[in-house]
Amino acid sequence: MVKEIYLDNAATTPISKEVLADMNDKLKNVYGNASTLYQLGRNSKRILDRSRHIIAQSINADDNEIVFTSGGTESDNTAIMQTALARKKLGNHIITTSIEHEAVLKPLKYLENHGFRVTYLPVDSKGNISLSDFKKALDDDTILVTIMTGNNEVGSRMPIHEIGEILKNHQAWFHTDAVQAYGLLDIDVKKDHIDMLSTSAHKLNGPKMVGFLYRRNGINYPSFIKGGDQESKRRAGTENVPGISGFATAVKNLPSTEKKHRQDVYYQYKKEIIDGLKKNQIDFEINGELNRHNLQHVFNIWIKGISTYVMQANLDLAGIAVSGGSACTAGSIAPSHVLTAMYGTKSPRISQSIRISFGRYTTESDIQFLIKNIAKIVKQIKKRKQEEV
Amino acid sequence: MIYFDNSATTKINSGVLDTYNKVSQNIWGNPSSLHQFGSEAHNLLTQSRMQIAKLLNVSPGEILFTSGGTEGDNWAIKGTAMIKRKFGNHIITTSVEHAAVHNPVEQLKKLGFEITYLPVDKNGRVSVEDLKKAIRPTTILVSIMAVNNEIGTIEPVKAIGELLKKYPKITYHIDAIQGVAKGLENIIFNDRVDLVSFSGHKFHAPRGTGFNYKRDGKKIAPLMAGGGQERGLRSGTENLPGIAAMAKAFRLVMTNEDEKVRHQRQIKSEIFNHIKKFPNVIIFSKNDDTFAPHILCFAIKGVRGETVVHAFEKYGIYISTTSACSSRDQSVTSTLSSMHVDSSIAEDAVRISLDENNTIEEAKKFNQVFDQLYQQFSKLS
Ligand SMILES: Cc1ncc(COP(=O)(O)O)c(C=O)c1O
Ligand SMILES: Cc1ncc(COP(=O)(O)O)c(C=O)c1O
Repeated sequence: MVKEIYLDNAATTPISKEVLADMNDKLKNVYGNASTLYQLGRNSKRILDRSRHIIAQSINADDNEIVFTSGGTESDNTAIMQTALARKKLGNHIITTSIEHEAVLKPLKYLENHGFRVTYLPVDSKGNISLSDFKKALDDDTILVTIMTGNNEVGSRMPIHEIGEILKNHQAWFHTDAVQAYGLLDIDVKKDHIDMLSTSAHKLNGPKMVGFLYRRNGINYPSFIKGGDQESKRRAGTENVPGISGFATAVKNLPSTEKKHRQDVYYQYKKEIIDGLKKNQIDFEINGELNRHNLQHVFNIWIKGISTYVMQANLDLAGIAVSGGSACTAGSIAPSHVLTAMYGTKSPRISQSIRISFGRYTTESDIQFLIKNIAKIVKQIKKRKQEEV
Repeated sequence: MIYFDNSATTKINSGVLDTYNKVSQNIWGNPSSLHQFGSEAHNLLTQSRMQIAKLLNVSPGEILFTSGGTEGDNWAIKGTAMIKRKFGNHIITTSVEHAAVHNPVEQLKKLGFEITYLPVDKNGRVSVEDLKKAIRPTTILVSIMAVNNEIGTIEPVKAIGELLKKYPKITYHIDAIQGVAKGLENIIFNDRVDLVSFSGHKFHAPRGTGFNYKRDGKKIAPLMAGGGQERGLRSGTENLPGIAAMAKAFRLVMTNEDEKVRHQRQIKSEIFNHIKKFPNVIIFSKNDDTFAPHILCFAIKGVRGETVVHAFEKYGIYISTTSACSSRDQSVTSTLSSMHVDSSIAEDAVRISLDENNTIEEAKKFNQVFDQLYQQFSKLS
């Protein structure tokens, strides 16, 4: 068996021991339906309340502003589709960026086909949008602005705080997809004037198919998944109490200090990779930018002359998992819409880049092993090419 | 403790939990990723899908994973409405559906759809004749539950399938969430059904799991759009540990199904035949095969359902007022009111719901406690 090194933590992360232990406890002992009257059910309700509180505090929200969902996709779809439904009388314009996740872009595409106007803000080569573009796009018809906190392919961060400030005096509601950022950044929904925010537990060593949608008090729309009265009638369906409790445990394990620590460690990993590749005389460039501000768990590089597919497959043979883009564009190696937005369709970067993403269990030696193998693969391929010439 | 509230939710099976844990620890890659972590995950996803499909005698591509029953129902209804709106705006359902069907349908009504709610007879059952009369040229969807969650009526979903053969364009959805492993697969998977919704936690799988059967070729719009998982029909990173655990739970619950059904019927009979002797007891469920084997709904006249639930709880016996989702709501249960049960009696209704792990001894113990409580209640009134 080859060594297994997982550097695809932006796609999904392994569940942590603490989270799994907590879920096992709840699965075995607290299986009452939280909506029922008797003690078993009341225990479920208590765990639900406690989890909600932990999670609300993590973003400085009130407990009743947290609605548990089945994950990032549902949270994004809910915020977008239901805002459009509730507010179509006020206007039909929506602003987003060209580098959002498909869970945002797909519902927007649907709305575009049904009479809404969507502005996709362009990004520069660093993966950043410009605030002046944003201000220009904003008009009296704008009912929703949905802009991600940080990008899943290149780690660039959007000016959430500034956008929130601008929208304070505008009718548009502000949604941000924080699925990638939530595990690494301190987010304060009050300070940043965020109306809605999406997360997904499996990106921070929590369980899959669990997430939440923060929805500021005062923001009202009909529920997306309708049925029973769970989640104060805002999300129907028997509550996934063990999953929600596991999510809260994952969040509890990520205090501010830990998030800062990880940002630092991952930043160092990036620098090591850069140094290591340079030392091995590999011709590469960063897609986006190395700075202290970005999401540090995502590192996207262009290894010149070597196709994404070849590099990924060879690393895979060596036991190293990296991604050719975002995993969520299910199994496809279609060109990344993020890199395309940054560099244009003709850039060789589109077909010669890999995404390396770090997580809680990534180690120093994983990074060294990665560097060694990239160097080896590049040399082999170069050699083969020379022989062919 | 005696747990008689399996229609609300079931306890996870320990072998199923093992699967959940093993997959969580060993195969946690994203099935969409192209590396070996991803392909291991993808293989397990495929196996799980095949296992469920095989047990239902359908093809693997017809099984689509969801987060649970409510999502499955919402998707079937809204996804059909979205894609078929241009052909018509009429939907037929029943007056006794679960809120997970009723509320999305009500939402569509606000958006301009026309809804026919079929009435039910005194057993909570719709008639095929009424359905036939309700069909219009603009009808796009018929949504009917297989087993009623409040009193256990088995709806004539097979006969309805026969009728709908004459109307091939109508999408036919069945909420089978209360009908798993109750000996009803033949009537649910009739020749004509297009969509069927299931919820994992009702058969000892973890919460956050479920699946919809979708007949090959039947068109439906996605409810969750995004990364394109489940062939673009249900986006979102797959809950692989949950899915593998659900496949196992499904296999376990379907094993020796006939015997399990008989067993649950015996327990139900034990209680049914006991409580029917009491003058103030009104039983809404029948003790024959027109009703599901696991649900028994009754009232003790003059004693509020909530009081009865709490009284049994003191003895470690968990039952519920009818449907868990609206237990905290004071409004009277919809199935009983649709059956024209007087609201003063409907308020007194409670539900026992069994599964294959309950025992005759538990039923006997229940009956003993029932005798005591009945006497206490009689003194009070
Ligand atoms: C930025 C972003 N948004 C949304 C999602 C969707 O989350 P999920 O797959 O958990 O539904 C993902 C990841 O898959 C993501 O990276
Ligand atoms: C008949 C029926 N339909 C739908 C549901 C909803 O399922 P879930 O709560 O798992 O989403 C339930 C159970 O609550 C049910 O009994």
